[in-house]
Amino acid sequence: MAIPGRSRPATAAFYAAVAVIVVYTVFPFYWAVNSSLQTPQELFDVTWFPFSFSFGNYAHVFDGQPFGRNILNSVFVAVLTVGISLALSLTAAHALARVRFRGRGLLLLAILSVSMFPQVAVLGGMYELIRSLGLYNSLYGLVLSYMIFTLPFTVWVLTTFLRELPRELEDAAIMDGAGPWTTLTRVFLPLMGPALVTTGLLAFIAAWNEFLFALTFTLSDSQRTVPVAIANFSGASQFELPWGNIMAASVIVTVPLIVLVLVFQRRIVSGLTAGAVKG
Amino acid sequence: MAGIVFDRVSKRFGTAEVIRNVDLDIAPGSFTVFVGPSGCGKSTLLRLIAGLEDITAGTLLIEGCPVNDVAPAKRGVAMVFQSYALYPHMSVYQNMAFGLSLAKTDRRETDRRVREAARILQMDHLLERKPKDLSGGQRQRVAIGRAITREPKVFLFDEPLSNLDAALRVQMRLEIAKLHRALGATMVYVTHDQVEAMTLAEQIVVLNAGAVEQVGAPLELYHRPQNRFVAGFIGSPQMNFLPGTLAAAGADGVAVALAGLASPVPAAVAPDGQAAGAAVSLGIRPEHIVVGDGVAAAGPHGRIALVERLGSDTLLHVATQAGHLVVAAGAATKARVGDTIRLGLPADACHVFAADGRALARRGATEA
Ligand SMILES: Nc1ncnc2c1ncn2[C@@H]1O[C@H](COP(=O)(O)OP(=O)(O)O)[C@@H](O)[C@H]1O
Ligand SMILES: [Mg+2]
Repeated sequence: MAIPGRSRPATAAFYAAVAVIVVYTVFPFYWAVNSSLQTPQELFDVTWFPFSFSFGNYAHVFDGQPFGRNILNSVFVAVLTVGISLALSLTAAHALARVRFRGRGLLLLAILSVSMFPQVAVLGGMYELIRSLGLYNSLYGLVLSYMIFTLPFTVWVLTTFLRELPRELEDAAIMDGAGPWTTLTRVFLPLMGPALVTTGLLAFIAAWNEFLFALTFTLSDSQRTVPVAIANFSGASQFELPWGNIMAASVIVTVPLIVLVLVFQRRIVSGLTAGAVKG
Repeated sequence: MAGIVFDRVSKRFGTAEVIRNVDLDIAPGSFTVFVGPSGCGKSTLLRLIAGLEDITAGTLLIEGCPVNDVAPAKRGVAMVFQSYALYPHMSVYQNMAFGLSLAKTDRRETDRRVREAARILQMDHLLERKPKDLSGGQRQRVAIGRAITREPKVFLFDEPLSNLDAALRVQMRLEIAKLHRALGATMVYVTHDQVEAMTLAEQIVVLNAGAVEQVGAPLELYHRPQNRFVAGFIGSPQMNFLPGTLAAAGADGVAVALAGLASPVPAAVAPDGQAAGAAVSLGIRPEHIVVGDGVAAAGPHGRIALVERLGSDTLLHVATQAGHLVVAAGAATKARVGDTIRLGLPADACHVFAADGRALARRGATEA
């Protein structure tokens, strides 16, 4: 299939470039699926296709360790983080986008700069905070700490989106007798679906994959989230890394993300281009 | 019906004074149009009435009550926005019922009012549609309908027709006039379109840089502009202005000496304290300049630089010794570029403006 207005070699080069990008992005995940379906013996050779289709690794993951519990923990933490982040950032964004007050620009910059600190830099302080709140080794402690990196960008994205909504829409709501809360929930919120889905999904992925805080702020296996649990998988001996199990577990926790993204695909795209479309 | 009174109202945004000391009376049930160049504060004045902006100084009264501190929804005022500002996720019905539902109006009453508004605007069949499935004209109707359902005492329109094409604009203009007759409510309308202003208004308010230049009936502004700004702003094509000096000033009129003319041009205006020798400008509308054989040889004459044929009329741009003049010569004129033409400036069609822009009072000008 030639692209109209382009020569054959150019078209060939274009598709070659596409192929390279696809391989580059998809290969690691394929490799994980591939490894997860092989027996430990097969793993020592480089095989490009899992001829044996052994599901033993998958069964093994749930054997003798609370991996199911870990998944539920991750779901709980990620969902709660997303819910609280969106609720807080929606109200914050409304103030930052639609209310004129002194120091608004400075506040926005401060929020952005919070997200620039590397996680390690806040680890110590966060640890003390969580200890003093009695949230050590608790999933709520994780939710609290995750909001330090989800809130800055949810606030920013929602603020940008709210700013794009026409002022006359708000004026019309005011003339109709709506206060700020009614305007936000009944006029703006229904128009913000794409932005909420996009930011919510990104926050979900960030919380779902987080490792450092989860490792530091939880102690017992029953409070672990998936990334830490996977890292703690141990093999038959101290010197064996259970690759097959790790890969199987990775696939198990990645698939829900892929499904989520596919389900919301159309709304994500419209969310990312939201600024270009007027309500 | 409610009258609106501006009592020395000012509005500042930061340090910029956008509305300066406006005194204005809007009679109950009247149709008032704000006109003025872009950025002169028309929308801001309207938003002050609506309560969407706070008044910096002065008092605004609606029905005799100061409303400076009354919430927008409690003023009995409804507004139609330039961009329509319909709620995109609500159906036409929900758009029109939103304000009523927030005011906890009885469901049956809400339904009655929405259907009544839809009937008045002939859009009963659109009630279930979303705004995105409507044409520009239909959206405009919904925006007006949303205002009607609230049964306000005052309607505010901010350039409601500027996004419509020419044919639709004429049609909606007529509908708004009809609506005003039917509802009898006070209407305040912002536009930069002369025709809309002249045809709709009972009273026109000409604004310039945040201040009121003149208030009056359309034809009064046309015939007796109080200053040069209003004279230039009302009327299309624009009034011609020629610089000159006052040659004679008497009780029965004045005469203005123009550059290159042997004898001064008489004008039927009162001297108003201006003495001979004062610098003035002479104003005359293109449609009042006389062309043809009967014109005295003493008037300005010159070459036609440009001819614009509008179909219903023909505009001649003439470079005379006294200055550049635009002349409306009628559709039938045979004048061509390059012709030399003589022009007559009838004394009772001339306006004279003092150096500060103030108009000298016209004597016996014909008007409605
Ligand atoms: N919210 C605002 N903040 C600052 N300046 C404003 C604001 N709204 C309007 N202005 C200024 O006030 C002036 C009048 O604006 P506006 O009333 O919209 O003019 P018009 O409707 O006659 O074109 C303009 O110079 C505009 O820049
Ligand atoms: Mg305006």
